[in-house]
Amino acid sequence: MSLLTAQGIYAGYGEADILQGINLTVGANEIVVIVGPNGAGKSTAMKAVFGLVPIRQGRIEYVGEDITNQPPERMVARGIAYVPQEANVFPSLSVLENLELGAYAIAGDITPRLEKVYEIFPRLKERRQQQAGVMSGGERQMVAMGRALMIEPRLLMLDEPTAGLSPRLIDETFERIREINALGIGVLMVEQNARQALAIADRGYVLASGRNRHEDTGAGLLADPEVAKMFLGG
Amino acid sequence: MMELSGLISYAVFFLTLVGIYAILTLGLNVQWGMTGQFNIGIAGFFAVGAYSTAILSTDRADNWLGGFGLPFPAGLVGAILITIPIAWVIGRITANLRTDYLAIATIGIAEIIRLFFLNESWLSNGVRGIPGISKPFGLGNNGYLLLVIGFVALVYLLVEVARRSPWGRVLRAIRDNEPATAAAGKNIAHFRLQAFVVGSCIMALAGALYAHFVGFISPEAFRPLYGTFLVWVMLIAGGSGNNLGAILGALVVWLVWSSTEMLAGLMPSGLVASESAFRIFLIGVLLQIILVTRPSGLLPERRPPLPGRDQ
Amino acid sequence: MWIEVTQLFINGLLLGSILALGAVGATMIFGVLRFAHFAHGDLMTMGAYFALLVVVSLNLPVMVALPVAMLMTAGLAVGIDQVVYRRIRRVQPVILLISSFATALILRAVVQMIWGSSNQVYATGIQMPWRIGPLAIKPDHILIFCAAAVLVIAVHLFLSRTRMGKAMRAMSDNMNLALITGIPADRVIMWTWAIGGALAAAAGVFLGMDTRLHPVMGWTLLLPVFAATIVGGIGRPYGAIFGGLLIGCAMELSTLIIPGAYKPAVAFAIMILTLIFRPQGIIKGAL
Repeated sequence: MSLLTAQGIYAGYGEADILQGINLTVGANEIVVIVGPNGAGKSTAMKAVFGLVPIRQGRIEYVGEDITNQPPERMVARGIAYVPQEANVFPSLSVLENLELGAYAIAGDITPRLEKVYEIFPRLKERRQQQAGVMSGGERQMVAMGRALMIEPRLLMLDEPTAGLSPRLIDETFERIREINALGIGVLMVEQNARQALAIADRGYVLASGRNRHEDTGAGLLADPEVAKMFLGG
Repeated sequence: MMELSGLISYAVFFLTLVGIYAILTLGLNVQWGMTGQFNIGIAGFFAVGAYSTAILSTDRADNWLGGFGLPFPAGLVGAILITIPIAWVIGRITANLRTDYLAIATIGIAEIIRLFFLNESWLSNGVRGIPGISKPFGLGNNGYLLLVIGFVALVYLLVEVARRSPWGRVLRAIRDNEPATAAAGKNIAHFRLQAFVVGSCIMALAGALYAHFVGFISPEAFRPLYGTFLVWVMLIAGGSGNNLGAILGALVVWLVWSSTEMLAGLMPSGLVASESAFRIFLIGVLLQIILVTRPSGLLPERRPPLPGRDQ
Repeated sequence: MWIEVTQLFINGLLLGSILALGAVGATMIFGVLRFAHFAHGDLMTMGAYFALLVVVSLNLPVMVALPVAMLMTAGLAVGIDQVVYRRIRRVQPVILLISSFATALILRAVVQMIWGSSNQVYATGIQMPWRIGPLAIKPDHILIFCAAAVLVIAVHLFLSRTRMGKAMRAMSDNMNLALITGIPADRVIMWTWAIGGALAAAAGVFLGMDTRLHPVMGWTLLLPVFAATIVGGIGRPYGAIFGGLLIGCAMELSTLIIPGAYKPAVAFAIMILTLIFRPQGIIKGAL
């Protein structure tokens, strides 16, 4: 059974719908990448799935249950974690406090979860007393992903996790995403670095003007000459 | 016969105060309704206007500055001319503050203006206040009411013309979508400052008319309750952005405020230690009810539905 | 001269700790709910009178009445939020502002209706000050310092050690992210009001001990409290403590050069300068 299915989603902030009936699925243990030009509705699609943008029409299912328009609190409780593109850490809190809050909904000892996150991001353990707001962009991204992993999600949603990072850090981030996926966590992400993202993706969607334009395996999209010409910069 | 004439003179008194409050509310509408500036220092400008004309138009006095014995029109014009630089400086300092900071700043300024008039006796005769501010042209209460109504009409027309002018459109554009207006090449700080000064001058005009009506002013009259809070209740109740609503709000709220006096009078005196406190309590509760149930007022501004707002 | 300055400095620290307690609550409400709570001064007044109620009716010392007054004011603050603010939170922030202005007047009117408008005191009789060299310190002042310090430490422990305290700081930092993280906003908001109300009550009681009780006692401190909040940086409780002490000392020391009646203007001037030059607060970083 697929982890997440979105069917015929119409959603937007105001009168006009930004999403004009998109469809998405994420299988358990898959990495799925959404690419597309600016304004295609990629970020909106993520927010709509997570209950942050009202869905006017369509249905979202998570392991077979209807989660359309449910508040973020419920999403977290079900095991979906979301990392927004910007402002994704609590700047005045320490790294450790950021991670602890990730597990706010979890009763009981969270030390094992912390250790797991530290295993993926050893740097966070070194800097756990550091205030998150003064860290570099790459480190903040680690804090944000670490925070999301604290609920031990089955689905991790990442909005442009490599935005603004140096090429070396971009490589490292994609490497980490593969490691996280290897733990059995499904990943749905929006990416500007489309080539690299599709290279590690099981499947990819190309969105344009709020609609599905293409979908295929990651490798398939990379090989598609039309996709390459229009969306991957030649 | 006596009762009827008593009733009429009460009505005249009542309507004159409504008129003065209507002018204050129109002034606030320029700042808040049209531009989105959250000024809760109305009492400050009200006081500046009242004291200006008091000092300019009363007869020579030993205890405070002036009086200069100037005629009524000079008092009004003087009140506005004195307010312009004060409002300009305050506007310059505060124009770019966020809404809640502007609110804190303006209430602070109003309190400081009140403290100033309270403590600088050489200027304002301190807590004793300035008496003997006469009505102009030998007018009685009835005549003065007509004069005030004339000013309400004049201010209403000016503000309404301004609202429909290109200037007013820019102000509303700033209020509704500041980034887009800035992108269209409008100097936002400039327009804001202008609206702030214009609104403050209207408030000062109301202050001057008030001083000539009651004949005596002291810092007590410019506490935030009367000068600021009631005006806000009027604008919110009437419908901010709508000038006719502002006038209607002044009428309705002053009616309610006056009738709370009767209500408080009906309460057994043992139950309520302070009648005025009870009135304030009632009006506060009324405002809360309006805010909770009908936040856009009796006559809401007519405008296209807003594009969805982020919470 | 030095004696005078030292004495004013001590008075300033006393006023400062009162302001700090008010400002910590105001800054958390500001941070979590994004609005300046104009009834905060009148919550302080309420707290002071609640304590008076306990002192008079049960004949208890004021320091025993303090926790009761704090609890009552906390309940009152949560109640006001549930009945009024919660319903208009989603409309527009300015509606909340106006509403809190109305709340301020309502609270003050209630105090006047129940307790009257004249000055009142917790304990009659004059307290003999202790003489330390040329300085005069009242025993009450020591009591206020100690109690304020205990409360500040308690708030610190709450904010840094408990899950709710951390969630509160997180919401103040980044509301959207807090929602995304699954932090239950409504519960955090309730706790914020409870703690803000309790601290306001403490500030009011201390103010009443230092001077006397009066229906506008809190309102007159609202501007300095906001000033402390802004100087310390919105939503930053540790900054608010610093801001309170700074504003308190500045207000007292200013009487060396300008008439005492303009003390609120000093707080205001510091606040405006902060807003213009350092809107994020005077102190940077970890605070």
